[in-house]
Amino acid sequence: MKASAFSYARANSVDDALALLAAHGDAAKTLAGGQSLMPALNLRLSAPELIIDIGHIASLKGIDVSDGALTIGALTRHSEMLTSPDIKAHAPLLADAIAHVAHPAIRNRGTIGGNLAHADPASELPACMMALKATIVVQGPEGKRRIAATSFFTGIYETVLRPDELLVAVELPAASHGATHYFHEHARRKGDYAIVGLAASAVIDGDRFSDLRLGFFAIGDRPILARAATHLIGTPITAGALVEANAALDAELDPQDDQQASPAMRRHLARQLMADCVATLLGRDDLQMRMTA
Amino acid sequence: MTQPMPVSFTVNGERVDALVLPRLNLADFLRDQLGLTGTHVGCEHGVCGACTIRVDGDIVRSCLILAVQAHGADVQTIEGLSDSGDVADLQNAFRNRNALQCGFCTPGMLMAAQDLLAQQVSPTRDEIREHLSGNYCRCTGYHAIVDAVETTAKARAERRA
Repeated sequence: MKASAFSYARANSVDDALALLAAHGDAAKTLAGGQSLMPALNLRLSAPELIIDIGHIASLKGIDVSDGALTIGALTRHSEMLTSPDIKAHAPLLADAIAHVAHPAIRNRGTIGGNLAHADPASELPACMMALKATIVVQGPEGKRRIAATSFFTGIYETVLRPDELLVAVELPAASHGATHYFHEHARRKGDYAIVGLAASAVIDGDRFSDLRLGFFAIGDRPILARAATHLIGTPITAGALVEANAALDAELDPQDDQQASPAMRRHLARQLMADCVATLLGRDDLQMRMTA
Repeated sequence: MTQPMPVSFTVNGERVDALVLPRLNLADFLRDQLGLTGTHVGCEHGVCGACTIRVDGDIVRSCLILAVQAHGADVQTIEGLSDSGDVADLQNAFRNRNALQCGFCTPGMLMAAQDLLAQQVSPTRDEIREHLSGNYCRCTGYHAIVDAVETTAKARAERRA
Protein backbone atom coordinates (compact mmCIF):
# COMPACT_ATOMS: atom_id res chain seq x y z
CA MET A 1 0.00 0.00 0.00
CA LYS A 2 0.96 3.63 -0.28
CA ALA A 3 1.18 6.08 2.60
CA SER A 4 -1.67 8.56 2.94
CA ALA A 5 -0.87 12.21 2.28
CA PHE A 6 1.07 14.21 4.84
CA SER A 7 3.13 17.35 5.05
CA TYR A 8 6.87 17.20 5.52
CA ALA A 9 9.27 19.42 7.42
CA ARG A 10 12.97 18.92 7.75
CA ALA A 11 14.37 19.93 11.14
CA ASN A 12 17.92 21.23 10.95
CA SER A 13 18.54 21.33 14.69
CA VAL A 14 17.05 19.96 17.92
CA ASP A 15 15.54 23.40 18.61
CA ASP A 16 13.98 23.32 15.18
CA ALA A 17 12.47 19.90 15.85
CA LEU A 18 11.19 20.95 19.29
CA ALA A 19 9.54 24.06 17.82
CA LEU A 20 7.76 21.90 15.24
CA LEU A 21 6.70 19.39 17.89
CA ALA A 22 5.42 22.19 20.13
CA ALA A 23 3.35 23.57 17.26
CA HIS A 24 1.93 20.27 16.01
CA GLY A 25 2.08 17.85 18.98
CA ASP A 26 0.16 14.63 18.41
CA ALA A 27 -0.63 15.51 14.79
CA ALA A 28 3.06 15.11 13.95
CA LYS A 29 5.34 12.08 13.80
CA THR A 30 9.09 12.23 14.11
CA LEU A 31 11.01 10.49 11.31
CA ALA A 32 14.51 9.25 12.17
CA GLY A 33 15.68 6.19 10.20
CA GLY A 34 12.11 5.33 9.28
CA GLN A 35 12.45 1.56 9.49
CA SER A 36 9.41 1.22 11.76
CA LEU A 37 7.56 4.42 10.88
CA MET A 38 7.68 3.95 7.10
CA PRO A 39 6.11 0.45 7.20
CA ALA A 40 3.41 1.86 9.50
CA LEU A 41 2.78 4.72 7.05
CA ASN A 42 2.74 2.42 4.01
CA LEU A 43 0.32 0.06 5.75
CA ARG A 44 -1.72 3.09 6.88
CA LEU A 45 -1.48 2.01 10.50
CA SER A 46 -0.29 5.56 11.06
CA ALA A 47 -1.53 8.64 9.21
CA PRO A 48 0.01 11.78 10.73
CA GLU A 49 -0.64 15.25 9.32
CA LEU A 50 3.03 16.17 9.48
CA ILE A 51 6.29 14.26 9.28
CA ILE A 52 9.19 15.96 11.06
CA ASP A 53 12.39 14.61 9.54
CA ILE A 54 15.19 14.79 12.12
CA GLY A 55 17.51 12.58 10.04
CA HIS A 56 19.96 15.35 9.25
CA ILE A 57 20.56 16.76 12.75
CA ALA A 58 24.31 16.25 13.13
CA SER A 59 24.34 16.76 16.91
CA LEU A 60 22.22 13.61 17.38
CA LYS A 61 24.73 11.33 15.65
CA GLY A 62 27.63 9.33 16.98
CA ILE A 63 29.02 7.43 19.95
CA ASP A 64 31.07 9.07 22.68
CA VAL A 65 32.96 7.55 25.61
CA SER A 66 33.95 9.60 28.62
CA ASP A 67 34.18 9.18 32.41
CA GLY A 68 33.23 5.53 32.28
CA ALA A 69 30.04 6.17 30.36
CA LEU A 70 28.95 5.60 26.81
CA THR A 71 26.69 8.16 25.15
CA ILE A 72 24.95 7.07 21.98
CA GLY A 73 23.26 9.78 19.93
CA ALA A 74 19.64 9.09 18.99
CA LEU A 75 20.41 8.99 15.25
CA THR A 76 23.19 6.42 15.56
CA ARG A 77 22.34 3.62 13.16
CA HIS A 78 22.22 -0.08 14.07
CA SER A 79 25.00 -0.81 11.55
CA GLU A 80 27.27 1.77 13.20
CA MET A 81 26.71 0.24 16.63
CA LEU A 82 27.29 -3.25 15.25
CA THR A 83 30.79 -2.34 14.07
CA SER A 84 31.75 0.28 16.67
CA PRO A 85 34.91 -0.60 18.66
CA ASP A 86 33.53 1.48 21.56
CA ILE A 87 30.33 -0.59 21.71
CA LYS A 88 32.33 -3.79 21.45
CA ALA A 89 34.59 -2.71 24.32
CA HIS A 90 32.05 -1.12 26.65
CA ALA A 91 28.65 -2.61 25.79
CA PRO A 92 29.27 -5.89 23.92
CA LEU A 93 25.73 -7.10 24.73
CA LEU A 94 24.42 -4.42 22.40
CA ALA A 95 26.55 -5.60 19.48
CA ASP A 96 25.42 -9.21 20.03
CA ALA A 97 21.79 -8.12 20.12
CA ILE A 98 21.96 -5.91 17.01
CA ALA A 99 23.19 -8.83 14.92
CA HIS A 100 19.67 -10.22 15.49
CA VAL A 101 17.83 -7.04 14.47
CA ALA A 102 16.25 -7.46 11.03
CA HIS A 103 18.67 -7.48 8.07
CA PRO A 104 21.68 -5.46 6.82
CA ALA A 105 19.64 -3.09 4.62
CA ILE A 106 17.34 -2.29 7.57
CA ARG A 107 20.23 -1.93 10.04
CA ASN A 108 21.84 0.58 7.67
CA ARG A 109 18.92 2.98 8.24
CA GLY A 110 17.32 2.15 11.58
CA THR A 111 18.46 4.27 14.53
CA ILE A 112 18.66 3.56 18.26
CA GLY A 113 16.50 6.57 19.09
CA GLY A 114 13.82 5.55 16.62
CA ASN A 115 13.89 1.98 17.90
CA LEU A 116 13.47 3.00 21.56
CA ALA A 117 10.85 5.69 20.93
CA HIS A 118 8.86 3.20 18.83
CA ALA A 119 8.87 0.79 21.83
CA ASP A 120 8.00 -2.40 20.02
CA PRO A 121 7.69 -5.03 22.77
CA ALA A 122 9.34 -7.62 20.48
CA SER A 123 12.38 -5.42 19.88
CA GLU A 124 15.80 -6.39 21.22
CA LEU A 125 17.16 -2.96 22.11
CA PRO A 126 14.67 -1.90 24.82
CA ALA A 127 15.47 -5.09 26.77
CA CYS A 128 19.21 -4.43 26.31
CA MET A 129 18.75 -0.91 27.69
CA MET A 130 17.15 -2.37 30.82
CA ALA A 131 19.86 -4.99 31.27
CA LEU A 132 22.60 -2.39 30.77
CA LYS A 133 21.17 0.16 33.25
CA ALA A 134 20.72 2.72 30.48
CA THR A 135 19.43 6.22 30.96
CA ILE A 136 17.32 7.61 28.16
CA VAL A 137 17.79 11.33 27.57
CA VAL A 138 14.84 13.28 26.20
CA GLN A 139 14.60 16.96 25.45
CA GLY A 140 11.50 19.15 25.55
CA PRO A 141 10.56 22.81 25.82
CA GLU A 142 11.73 22.91 29.46
CA GLY A 143 15.05 21.23 28.80
CA LYS A 144 16.35 17.71 29.23
CA ARG A 145 14.97 14.83 31.30
CA ARG A 146 16.99 11.74 32.14
CA ILE A 147 14.80 8.66 32.47
CA ALA A 148 15.90 5.21 33.62
CA ALA A 149 15.24 2.67 30.87
CA THR A 150 13.37 0.57 33.45
CA SER A 151 10.65 3.25 33.71
CA PHE A 152 10.68 4.46 30.08
CA PHE A 153 8.51 1.79 28.45
CA THR A 154 4.84 1.78 29.44
CA GLY A 155 3.06 -0.48 26.92
CA ILE A 156 2.82 -1.61 23.31
CA TYR A 157 4.44 1.22 21.32
CA GLU A 158 4.07 3.42 24.41
CA THR A 159 6.64 5.27 26.46
CA VAL A 160 6.79 8.20 28.89
CA LEU A 161 7.98 10.42 26.00
CA ARG A 162 5.60 13.39 25.71
CA PRO A 163 4.34 14.64 22.33
CA ASP A 164 6.51 17.78 22.61
CA GLU A 165 9.69 15.88 23.50
CA LEU A 166 12.45 14.35 21.43
CA LEU A 167 14.57 11.36 22.43
CA VAL A 168 18.11 12.73 21.96
CA ALA A 169 20.53 10.17 23.41
CA VAL A 170 21.12 7.06 25.48
CA GLU A 171 23.68 6.87 28.27
CA LEU A 172 25.16 3.56 29.37
CA PRO A 173 27.64 2.88 32.15
CA ALA A 174 30.67 1.23 30.54
CA ALA A 175 30.88 -2.49 31.32
CA SER A 176 32.86 -2.98 34.53
CA HIS A 177 35.70 -5.42 35.07
CA GLY A 178 34.30 -8.92 35.47
CA ALA A 179 31.11 -8.01 33.63
CA THR A 180 29.75 -10.49 31.17
CA HIS A 181 26.60 -10.88 29.11
CA TYR A 182 24.24 -13.30 27.40
CA PHE A 183 21.92 -12.81 24.46
CA HIS A 184 19.62 -15.27 22.78
CA GLU A 185 16.28 -15.11 21.06
CA HIS A 186 13.92 -17.65 19.59
CA ALA A 187 12.57 -16.67 16.17
CA ARG A 188 11.07 -18.64 13.28
CA ARG A 189 13.75 -17.33 10.93
CA LYS A 190 16.81 -15.14 11.40
CA GLY A 191 15.77 -11.50 11.39
CA ASP A 192 12.12 -12.23 12.16
CA TYR A 193 10.42 -10.83 15.23
CA ALA A 194 11.42 -12.81 18.29
CA ILE A 195 8.97 -15.23 19.89
CA VAL A 196 10.81 -14.74 23.19
CA GLY A 197 14.26 -13.31 23.83
CA LEU A 198 16.64 -12.60 26.69
CA ALA A 199 19.28 -9.90 26.95
CA ALA A 200 21.23 -10.27 30.18
CA SER A 201 24.20 -8.60 31.81
CA ALA A 202 25.98 -10.02 34.82
CA VAL A 203 28.96 -9.69 37.11
CA ILE A 204 30.45 -12.98 38.24
CA ASP A 205 32.32 -13.43 41.51
CA GLY A 206 33.80 -16.91 41.73
CA ASP A 207 31.00 -19.47 41.44
CA ARG A 208 28.14 -16.99 41.83
CA PHE A 209 26.61 -13.84 40.42
CA SER A 210 27.26 -10.60 42.27
CA ASP A 211 24.89 -8.95 39.79
CA LEU A 212 22.45 -10.32 37.22
CA ARG A 213 20.03 -8.30 35.13
CA LEU A 214 17.64 -10.30 32.94
CA GLY A 215 15.93 -8.27 30.21
CA PHE A 216 13.20 -10.33 28.56
CA PHE A 217 11.46 -9.19 25.39
CA ALA A 218 8.55 -10.34 23.18
CA ILE A 219 6.86 -11.75 26.27
CA GLY A 220 4.40 -9.02 27.21
CA ASP A 221 3.34 -5.52 26.33
CA ARG A 222 6.80 -4.12 27.19
CA PRO A 223 10.30 -5.38 27.97
CA ILE A 224 10.66 -6.86 31.45
CA LEU A 225 13.60 -6.70 33.83
CA ALA A 226 12.91 -9.94 35.67
CA ARG A 227 12.87 -9.69 39.46
CA ALA A 228 13.40 -13.46 39.44
CA ALA A 229 17.10 -12.66 39.13
CA THR A 230 17.22 -11.80 42.85
CA HIS A 231 16.94 -15.56 43.57
CA LEU A 232 20.16 -16.12 41.64
CA ILE A 233 22.37 -13.33 43.02
CA GLY A 234 24.94 -13.81 45.79
CA THR A 235 24.18 -17.47 46.28
CA PRO A 236 25.63 -20.72 44.92
CA ILE A 237 23.33 -21.80 42.12
CA THR A 238 21.70 -25.14 42.76
CA ALA A 239 18.88 -26.82 40.91
CA GLY A 240 16.70 -25.72 43.84
CA ALA A 241 17.64 -22.06 43.42
CA LEU A 242 16.74 -22.32 39.76
CA VAL A 243 13.36 -23.83 40.63
CA GLU A 244 12.66 -20.87 42.93
CA ALA A 245 13.76 -18.45 40.22
CA ASN A 246 11.53 -20.22 37.70
CA ALA A 247 8.53 -19.89 39.99
CA ALA A 248 9.27 -16.20 40.52
CA LEU A 249 9.66 -15.68 36.77
CA ASP A 250 6.39 -17.47 36.08
CA ALA A 251 4.60 -15.22 38.58
CA GLU A 252 5.81 -11.97 37.01
CA LEU A 253 5.22 -12.87 33.35
CA ASP A 254 1.98 -12.22 31.50
CA PRO A 255 2.74 -13.49 28.00
CA GLN A 256 0.52 -12.66 25.05
CA ASP A 257 -1.25 -15.24 22.91
CA ASP A 258 -0.67 -14.74 19.20
CA GLN A 259 -0.08 -16.65 15.98
CA GLN A 260 3.58 -17.21 16.91
CA ALA A 261 3.14 -18.87 20.29
CA SER A 262 0.77 -19.62 23.14
CA PRO A 263 1.38 -18.11 26.59
CA ALA A 264 2.41 -21.56 27.87
CA MET A 265 5.01 -21.92 25.13
CA ARG A 266 6.38 -18.45 25.87
CA ARG A 267 6.64 -19.26 29.59
CA HIS A 268 8.47 -22.47 28.77
CA LEU A 269 10.91 -20.72 26.44
CA ALA A 270 11.52 -17.95 28.99
CA ARG A 271 12.42 -20.52 31.68
CA GLN A 272 14.66 -22.29 29.22
CA LEU A 273 16.40 -19.04 28.28
CA MET A 274 16.99 -18.18 31.94
CA ALA A 275 18.45 -21.62 32.63
CA ASP A 276 20.63 -21.44 29.52
CA CYS A 277 21.80 -17.96 30.51
CA VAL A 278 22.82 -19.09 34.00
CA ALA A 279 24.40 -22.32 32.77
CA THR A 280 26.30 -20.55 30.01
CA LEU A 281 27.60 -17.65 32.07
CA LEU A 282 28.69 -19.86 35.01
CA GLY A 283 29.91 -22.72 32.81
CA ARG A 284 27.47 -25.10 34.50
CA ASP A 285 26.06 -27.59 32.01
CA ASP A 286 24.27 -29.40 34.84
CA LEU A 287 21.83 -26.49 35.11
CA GLN A 288 20.59 -26.71 31.51
CA MET A 289 16.90 -27.46 31.18
CA ARG A 290 16.18 -30.53 29.13
CA MET A 291 14.94 -29.52 25.72
CA THR A 292 11.36 -30.66 25.76
CA ALA A 293 9.72 -27.86 23.78
CA MET B 1 2.75 21.55 2.44
CA THR B 2 1.21 18.36 1.11
CA GLN B 3 2.19 20.19 -2.07
CA PRO B 4 5.13 18.89 -4.14
CA MET B 5 8.54 19.76 -2.72
CA PRO B 6 11.78 20.32 -4.60
CA VAL B 7 14.53 17.71 -4.19
CA SER B 8 17.97 17.30 -5.71
CA PHE B 9 20.16 14.23 -5.57
CA THR B 10 22.23 12.05 -7.85
CA VAL B 11 21.00 8.78 -9.32
CA ASN B 12 23.64 6.56 -10.90
CA GLY B 13 25.94 9.56 -11.12
CA GLU B 14 23.46 11.87 -12.80
CA ARG B 15 21.95 14.84 -11.04
CA VAL B 16 18.20 14.72 -10.61
CA ASP B 17 16.06 17.77 -9.76
CA ALA B 18 12.40 17.07 -9.22
CA LEU B 19 9.21 18.05 -7.46
CA VAL B 20 7.84 15.25 -5.31
CA LEU B 21 4.87 14.77 -3.02
CA PRO B 22 6.06 14.17 0.57
CA ARG B 23 4.35 10.78 0.73
CA LEU B 24 6.09 9.41 -2.37
CA ASN B 25 8.63 6.74 -1.51
CA LEU B 26 11.97 6.52 -3.28
CA ALA B 27 11.16 3.22 -5.00
CA ASP B 28 8.07 4.67 -6.65
CA PHE B 29 9.97 7.83 -7.58
CA LEU B 30 12.75 5.83 -9.26
CA ARG B 31 10.27 3.68 -11.15
CA ASP B 32 7.53 6.13 -12.06
CA GLN B 33 9.35 9.42 -12.48
CA LEU B 34 12.76 8.25 -13.68
CA GLY B 35 11.65 5.04 -15.44
CA LEU B 36 14.25 3.00 -13.56
CA THR B 37 12.05 -0.08 -13.24
CA GLY B 38 14.85 -2.46 -12.21
CA THR B 39 14.05 -1.54 -8.62
CA HIS B 40 11.08 -3.75 -7.84
CA VAL B 41 8.26 -3.04 -5.44
CA GLY B 42 7.03 -6.11 -3.60
CA CYS B 43 5.76 -5.89 -0.04
CA GLU B 44 6.11 -2.11 0.46
CA HIS B 45 6.95 -2.54 4.12
CA GLY B 46 10.58 -3.55 4.18
CA VAL B 47 10.25 -7.32 4.37
CA CYS B 48 10.88 -8.70 0.87
CA GLY B 49 14.03 -6.86 -0.22
CA ALA B 50 13.04 -6.52 -3.89
CA CYS B 51 13.47 -2.72 -3.72
CA THR B 52 17.02 -2.81 -2.32
CA ILE B 53 19.18 0.03 -3.65
CA ARG B 54 22.28 1.90 -2.46
CA VAL B 55 22.08 5.27 -0.75
CA ASP B 56 25.42 6.91 0.01
CA GLY B 57 27.10 3.54 -0.51
CA ASP B 58 24.91 1.53 1.87
CA ILE B 59 22.20 -0.91 0.81
CA VAL B 60 18.76 0.20 1.97
CA ARG B 61 15.09 -0.47 1.31
CA SER B 62 13.88 2.17 -1.14
CA CYS B 63 10.26 1.53 -0.09
CA LEU B 64 11.21 2.70 3.42
CA ILE B 65 12.71 6.03 2.35
CA LEU B 66 10.73 9.02 1.20
CA ALA B 67 11.93 10.65 -2.00
CA VAL B 68 12.16 13.96 -0.09
CA GLN B 69 14.47 12.29 2.45
CA ALA B 70 16.93 11.49 -0.32
CA HIS B 71 17.69 15.20 -0.86
CA GLY B 72 21.46 15.53 -1.23
CA ALA B 73 22.06 11.78 -1.34
CA ASP B 74 23.99 9.64 -3.80
CA VAL B 75 21.62 6.94 -5.04
CA GLN B 76 22.62 3.88 -7.04
CA THR B 77 20.14 1.46 -8.56
CA ILE B 78 20.58 -1.90 -10.27
CA GLU B 79 20.71 -0.04 -13.61
CA GLY B 80 23.79 1.86 -12.48
CA LEU B 81 25.44 -1.23 -11.07
CA SER B 82 24.66 -3.24 -14.17
CA ASP B 83 25.78 -0.58 -16.67
CA SER B 84 29.09 -0.07 -14.85
CA GLY B 85 29.93 -3.75 -15.29
CA ASP B 86 30.63 -4.08 -11.56
CA VAL B 87 28.24 -7.00 -11.18
CA ALA B 88 28.68 -8.58 -14.64
CA ASP B 89 30.39 -11.64 -13.16
CA LEU B 90 27.69 -11.98 -10.49
CA GLN B 91 24.97 -11.70 -13.14
CA ASN B 92 26.71 -14.39 -15.20
CA ALA B 93 26.94 -16.66 -12.18
CA PHE B 94 23.22 -16.19 -11.50
CA ARG B 95 22.49 -17.15 -15.11
CA ASN B 96 24.83 -20.14 -15.11
CA ARG B 97 23.49 -21.51 -11.84
CA ASN B 98 19.82 -20.92 -12.64
CA ALA B 99 19.71 -18.64 -9.63
CA LEU B 100 16.56 -16.98 -10.90
CA GLN B 101 13.33 -18.06 -12.48
CA CYS B 102 10.81 -15.22 -12.54
CA GLY B 103 13.55 -12.68 -11.78
CA PHE B 104 11.47 -10.45 -9.53
CA CYS B 105 13.88 -10.70 -6.59
CA THR B 106 17.05 -10.67 -8.68
CA PRO B 107 17.89 -6.91 -8.68
CA GLY B 108 17.61 -6.84 -4.89
CA MET B 109 19.56 -10.09 -4.58
CA LEU B 110 22.36 -8.68 -6.73
CA MET B 111 22.44 -5.50 -4.64
CA ALA B 112 22.67 -7.45 -1.38
CA ALA B 113 25.17 -9.97 -2.75
CA GLN B 114 27.45 -7.26 -4.15
CA ASP B 115 27.29 -5.51 -0.77
CA LEU B 116 28.43 -8.70 0.98
CA LEU B 117 31.25 -9.32 -1.51
CA ALA B 118 32.48 -5.76 -1.02
CA GLN B 119 32.77 -6.42 2.72
CA GLN B 120 34.02 -10.00 2.71
CA VAL B 121 36.38 -11.66 0.28
CA SER B 122 35.55 -15.28 1.18
CA PRO B 123 32.17 -15.48 2.87
CA THR B 124 30.99 -18.90 4.03
CA ARG B 125 27.67 -20.27 2.76
CA ASP B 126 26.16 -19.43 6.14
CA GLU B 127 27.41 -15.86 5.90
CA ILE B 128 25.95 -15.58 2.39
CA ARG B 129 22.59 -16.84 3.64
CA GLU B 130 22.75 -14.45 6.58
CA HIS B 131 23.47 -11.43 4.38
CA LEU B 132 20.74 -12.35 1.89
CA SER B 133 18.25 -13.25 4.63
CA GLY B 134 16.31 -10.04 4.08
CA ASN B 135 15.72 -10.82 0.39
CA TYR B 136 12.90 -13.19 -0.45
CA CYS B 137 12.91 -15.49 -3.47
CA ARG B 138 9.81 -17.58 -4.15
CA CYS B 139 11.22 -19.58 -7.08
CA THR B 140 14.67 -20.99 -6.49
CA GLY B 141 14.72 -22.32 -2.95
CA TYR B 142 17.87 -20.19 -2.46
CA HIS B 143 20.48 -22.94 -2.97
CA ALA B 144 21.26 -21.80 -6.49
CA ILE B 145 21.54 -18.19 -5.35
CA VAL B 146 23.98 -19.13 -2.60
CA ASP B 147 25.91 -21.20 -5.21
CA ALA B 148 26.12 -18.21 -7.54
CA VAL B 149 27.35 -15.83 -4.86
CA GLU B 150 29.87 -18.36 -3.56
CA THR B 151 31.15 -19.03 -7.09
CA THR B 152 31.57 -15.31 -7.72
CA ALA B 153 33.38 -14.80 -4.43
CA LYS B 154 35.84 -17.56 -5.27
CA ALA B 155 36.41 -16.31 -8.80
CA ARG B 156 37.04 -12.77 -7.57
CA ALA B 157 39.43 -14.02 -4.88
CA GLU B 158 41.36 -15.96 -7.54
CA ARG B 159 41.55 -12.93 -9.80
CA ARG B 160 42.99 -10.90 -6.92
CA ALA B 161 45.58 -13.54 -6.08
